[in-house]
Amino acid sequence: MELVRSHILVCAGTGCHSSKSDDIIENLNKWIAEEKMDKEARVIKTGCFGICALGPIVVVYPEGAFYSRVKPSDAEEIVKEHIVKGRLVTRLLYDETKKAESISSINDTNFYKHQMRIALRNCGIINPEYIDEYIAFEGYSALARALTEQTPQEIIDILTKSGLRGRGGAGFPTGRKWQFAHDAPGDIKYVACNADEGDPGAFMDRSVLEGDPHSVVEAMILAGYAIGANQGYVYIRAEYPIAVERLRIAIKQAKEYGFLGDNIFGTGFQFDLEIRLGAGAFVCGEETALITSIEGNRGEPRPRPPFPAVKGLFGKPTLLNNVETYANIPWILQNGWEAFDKIGTEKSKGTKIFALGGKIVNTGLVEVPMGTTLRTVVEDIGGGCPGGKKFKAAQTGGPSGGCIPASHIDTPIDYESLAAIGSMMGSGGLIIMDEDNCMVDIARYFLDFTVEESCGKCTPCRIGTKRMCQLLDKIVEGHGTMEDISLLEDLCGHLAQNSLCALGQTAPNPVLSTLHYFRDEYEAHVREKRCPAGICKNLLTYSINDKCIGCTACVRVCPTGAISGKVKEKHVIDPAKCIKCNACMEKCKFSAIEKG
Amino acid sequence: MKSIEELKKIREQTLKNINLRKEDGGDTTRIVVGMATCGIAAGARPVLAACVDEVSKRSLAHVSVTQTGCIGVCRLEPIVEIFVPGEEKVTYVKMDEEKARRVIHEHIVNHKVVTELTIGANE
Ligand SMILES: Cc1cc2nc3c(=O)[nH]c(=O)nc-3n(C[C@H](O)[C@H](O)[C@H](O)COP(=O)(O)O)c2cc1C
Repeated sequence: MELVRSHILVCAGTGCHSSKSDDIIENLNKWIAEEKMDKEARVIKTGCFGICALGPIVVVYPEGAFYSRVKPSDAEEIVKEHIVKGRLVTRLLYDETKKAESISSINDTNFYKHQMRIALRNCGIINPEYIDEYIAFEGYSALARALTEQTPQEIIDILTKSGLRGRGGAGFPTGRKWQFAHDAPGDIKYVACNADEGDPGAFMDRSVLEGDPHSVVEAMILAGYAIGANQGYVYIRAEYPIAVERLRIAIKQAKEYGFLGDNIFGTGFQFDLEIRLGAGAFVCGEETALITSIEGNRGEPRPRPPFPAVKGLFGKPTLLNNVETYANIPWILQNGWEAFDKIGTEKSKGTKIFALGGKIVNTGLVEVPMGTTLRTVVEDIGGGCPGGKKFKAAQTGGPSGGCIPASHIDTPIDYESLAAIGSMMGSGGLIIMDEDNCMVDIARYFLDFTVEESCGKCTPCRIGTKRMCQLLDKIVEGHGTMEDISLLEDLCGHLAQNSLCALGQTAPNPVLSTLHYFRDEYEAHVREKRCPAGICKNLLTYSINDKCIGCTACVRVCPTGAISGKVKEKHVIDPAKCIKCNACMEKCKFSAIEKG
Repeated sequence: MKSIEELKKIREQTLKNINLRKEDGGDTTRIVVGMATCGIAAGARPVLAACVDEVSKRSLAHVSVTQTGCIGVCRLEPIVEIFVPGEEKVTYVKMDEEKARRVIHEHIVNHKVVTELTIGANE
């Protein structure tokens, strides 16, 4: 690779890719050739910058100009103006970085300045398909040092002291897990990586694999050395084609460089890595189900103990960690456990990546130090709810997690604090809800998900989730009774106590936490047959108030002919015909339509 | 890959090429070449190419080469400005490839301003 004076980085993560970042790359290259700039500028595809709501993102170095919402047709202007003439394309610059004549650093913007990137350290900076760039940013140096200078026990001790805990959801101390796998007797052991990421709305692990696959590859080789394994598997869902492809390329390059295979760094240590594709079942993210799935069986969990560290893949001791957990490890070994220990809170060290979604301005990926408050994430980084709506609650941990109401917005995000308020850290999905979300409807949505995803092996989960979902259906349709609410609470206890795996054990959490913080909403649905947020259709009636001037606009959009009235006179809605599609309300310019 | 030395070599080679993407901690020296119509017509492009080449050959870390628009003294183009952190900017005028290489060598590597090429000496 020759030195050029300018690099144009284009995000090639899944989000930007689906809004045509490939075409942007093609056009940029075309115009660079056309303008004979190929000796001066180079286009590089890179991983997720995090601010997906504004994608596709293009960053031009050395100025660090951050262009957002770039269209393939903008490539010409970027090349002709920025690259050829050195003038910023102001209309594409991310608002907050615009200054009179120059630009301010993207790192000073609200979205980035509260963040701290460890697991995502190389995302949006390196080309993930080019191993040399990973190496340039200290990649594989932790491995080189470990193999040539450190004993397996030393590595494990560093991890233990760093305080790193699993990022897959449960938060188990990683060093301790490695120690168990190391201590387990047996000649054959395995290392596995959980890249199933089934939590709806979550895409942390996908982004790590798309933006910096070598960090996971390096960590898994380290794991193999530390526990005494020679074979690793990455279990990743086939729904992540770009991540799978980048990982394939990374494994191939690591083999070519001799980081995988026999006699790594001339030390005699041997390690190989293979990919196993999952079909995208939530339960296959559960460790025992994942292991059976890798073995080629139907993905169903089994009771623990024995834990995988003792009896895992093919009956052998197996170390299983999450993608983000692994991505932290080379950093810890390079920078020392002390550096990691300094970040975060007393019991939750380091950073956590969140996939920010739902009713939030800056949909995207954020990595913050543990202990950052929910307020910072929602208001400062996320930019609040769109349209100035009021923040109502956040859901962490997806279908296994709980909601955090607005009254707890100052809760620091760490394992203990979230558990204390009935939520959980989870794997990193963070769904934001505003005043227009009905919490009963949200709980029903998650139960609907677990009904679909329950593997059916154990009765409490298979039938319990179904019954709970039916009760919630009954409530949102306006037929619920107060007994239904207590029955629901009863079922929650049964599922939590009797299900075989954590899928069923945690399935009641969305119901429990919404019942805890928003019981009044459940009761409004049951006692008053009213949905306070105006979401549950069966409980809504539309009517026209005195502001109506009889413009007839609503009559024309009503698909069922439910609205009648004379021109210039107040109209009426026939509730028998109204299907509550909301079309009239959106059309009316006089706020004359009411629902409630 | 047999040794840590090999790894280091790849790192250093690649780093040279991607240094410009690193967040500068305020310690980057910037070489800015005037690349408006006036500059280009006066021969700024080969000057810029020479700067890039020289920085590359010397493996200078923390040095970036960028371009800018018209600086306003078109009769003195090609113009190259050097911004060393914490120092006054120095403006070199009527540059060519050879002068550019000399400025990088004397000013950036040896920290000695090439006075005879600056705007002050040519006005
Ligand atoms: C239903 C269910 C789904 C899960 N899905 C995932 C997942 O998608 N990714 C993941 O890393 N862990 C998932 N887990 C947690 C894993 O069982 C396991 O705890 C984790 O992969 C361990 O890695 P860690 O210690 O690095 O977090 C899931 C657990 C359950 C019960």
